Amino acid sequence: MSEFLQQLVNGVTWGSVYALIALGYTMVYGILRLINFAHGDIYMLGAFIGLYTSNWLRAGEAPSPAKAIAVLLTSMAACALIGMLIERLAYKPVRRSPRLSALITAIGVSLLLENGGALLFGADPKFFPQLIPSHNIALGMGVTLSNQQLIVLVVSVVLMTLLRLLVLHTRVGKAMQAVSHNHMAASLMGISVDRIITFTFMIGSALAAAAGVLVALQSPKIEPYMGIMPGLKAFVAAVLGGIGNIPGAVVGGLVMGVAEVLVTGYLSPTYRDAIAFVLLIVILLVRPAGIFGKAVTEKV
Amino acid sequence: MKRALGPLVTLVALLVLNAALQRALNPYYFQVLILVGINIILAVSLNLVNGFTGQFSIGHAGFMAAGAYGSAMFTLTVGQRFAGALVSAHLPQAIAQGAALLVALLLGGLLAALFGYLVGLPSLRLRGDYLAIVTLGFGEIIRVLILNVDAIGGARGLPGIPHWANFFWVFLGVAVVVAVSRNLAHSTYGRALFAIRDDEIAAEALGVDTTRYKVTAFVIGAFFAGVAGGLFAHYLSYLNPNSFTFIKSIEVIAMVVLGGMGSISGSMLAAIVLTLLPEVLRPVKDLRMVLYSLMLILLMITRPQGLLGTRELSFGRLFGRRPATEPRA
Repeated sequence: MSEFLQQLVNGVTWGSVYALIALGYTMVYGILRLINFAHGDIYMLGAFIGLYTSNWLRAGEAPSPAKAIAVLLTSMAACALIGMLIERLAYKPVRRSPRLSALITAIGVSLLLENGGALLFGADPKFFPQLIPSHNIALGMGVTLSNQQLIVLVVSVVLMTLLRLLVLHTRVGKAMQAVSHNHMAASLMGISVDRIITFTFMIGSALAAAAGVLVALQSPKIEPYMGIMPGLKAFVAAVLGGIGNIPGAVVGGLVMGVAEVLVTGYLSPTYRDAIAFVLLIVILLVRPAGIFGKAVTEKV
Repeated sequence: MKRALGPLVTLVALLVLNAALQRALNPYYFQVLILVGINIILAVSLNLVNGFTGQFSIGHAGFMAAGAYGSAMFTLTVGQRFAGALVSAHLPQAIAQGAALLVALLLGGLLAALFGYLVGLPSLRLRGDYLAIVTLGFGEIIRVLILNVDAIGGARGLPGIPHWANFFWVFLGVAVVVAVSRNLAHSTYGRALFAIRDDEIAAEALGVDTTRYKVTAFVIGAFFAGVAGGLFAHYLSYLNPNSFTFIKSIEVIAMVVLGGMGSISGSMLAAIVLTLLPEVLRPVKDLRMVLYSLMLILLMITRPQGLLGTRELSFGRLFGRRPATEPRA
């Protein structure tokens, strides 16, 4: 029993990282109907920018919470900027093209970031300095939580709460909702659709960057191709929850994280990559629009 | 008599080229040529699903893997003995191996087609991006299964597959898939597929059994992907699950989209361009993949409808002999 609870705790921690990445996918999809394949690579860039910032701050030699926060915020800000550039330079020109062309553009950007990263950072894995020395916290019933896991959970919850407040209660958040409902109507109401789309990309990229830094905190080996699999699975998580739906992305991410950890623990680590997709197919066959998605009836 | 002429000329031409090219080309160019052929089969077969029918499949590498492993396992268990028996029955070696290869390719294709049927079924319920992600999931599941089955090599890969595929067989595959696609496009069957692509609801209202046609498109596309996989296995003599990742599916989609959705000659042209591009860029080494991705983005921005759009290249039109009366494909 205590082993199961321990797995559950690990799964929720890992799942909250998926959730952070999935949020970016789901927001961009909600607003543009575009699967932003490059999103997983933004997560990779987040980890690398975090690495260079912490080297610059010497955060590995003399760790302090202030430096860790500075690393997180710098990485988020830098990735928000990169997200904006990608949207402006690559996605905006294909916005009126067939959707598959936009998708191929996204794949091109993804390949560019991976291979550009390999060129810039080197293809070999780099080690992320330990920003926060690790120690375990006993939770009772034989379950332990490392302080790093705790930080992952707390930061994820804080970011998700901020996102929720932003989307539901601010002018720009309401504009985002309006644009995701209908571009034309939103622009007739005086909303600058272009600016909202750019803003959405920035928020999503910042969240992915945070996920990158949080993962690097726990498993410090980072390399330019590290974003492919988590990116893919986070996308699956977003679809699982109902793509375009923000709470759905969080739930999807958590379900995915827990399922993966359980399969690794009780079945075999080699099946870990398959469970995400098995789960996806089963859920989509039962609920074709995802857990929280609304089935849309097509009108002629 | 006239109907048999085209295939006959193709066969003879392939045999002559097979003998000539193997001597004339250096091994590197020859291998690139074979890869071009295999990629053309993949792109044209995916075009049946994505381009003709408008279904969004991004798991083509999974079908290719099923065909590759299926045909390789047949050859390793039965095919080699079968070829040996034919040789001892005084058949020339090339013919004996060819016959065994043909059986292996057909079986690999059928196995992939079975998977295509299974993947096609959810298309009854799922549309667009949801269908896409399910096909992606199927592809990944097939790969993970291969990784975990020790009898077919698992993560180590499957070595020792006889090197039976050559120029003749690969480009015979190309000729067959192109002929099937072309004939399909000009048949009532093809019209139904285009109708589904253009407007599924309208097609259904006009009495097209959309489910059946969509699943059929998946099955035919998967069959040829499986054949391409079988050729790949019997050319390289070694299989590894890492050859069939999601990246491979993406490469094939890029070919279909770049060529122009629904255009057979477009898919062929793009398969040639996108196979040669990384090879041409080899001298710049580290910059190679960066330039490749940049070109992909720029091509999509400047020609979002693909190189040929939905048009077809034809020699007749190229030389202005025939007016453009061919139905739009």
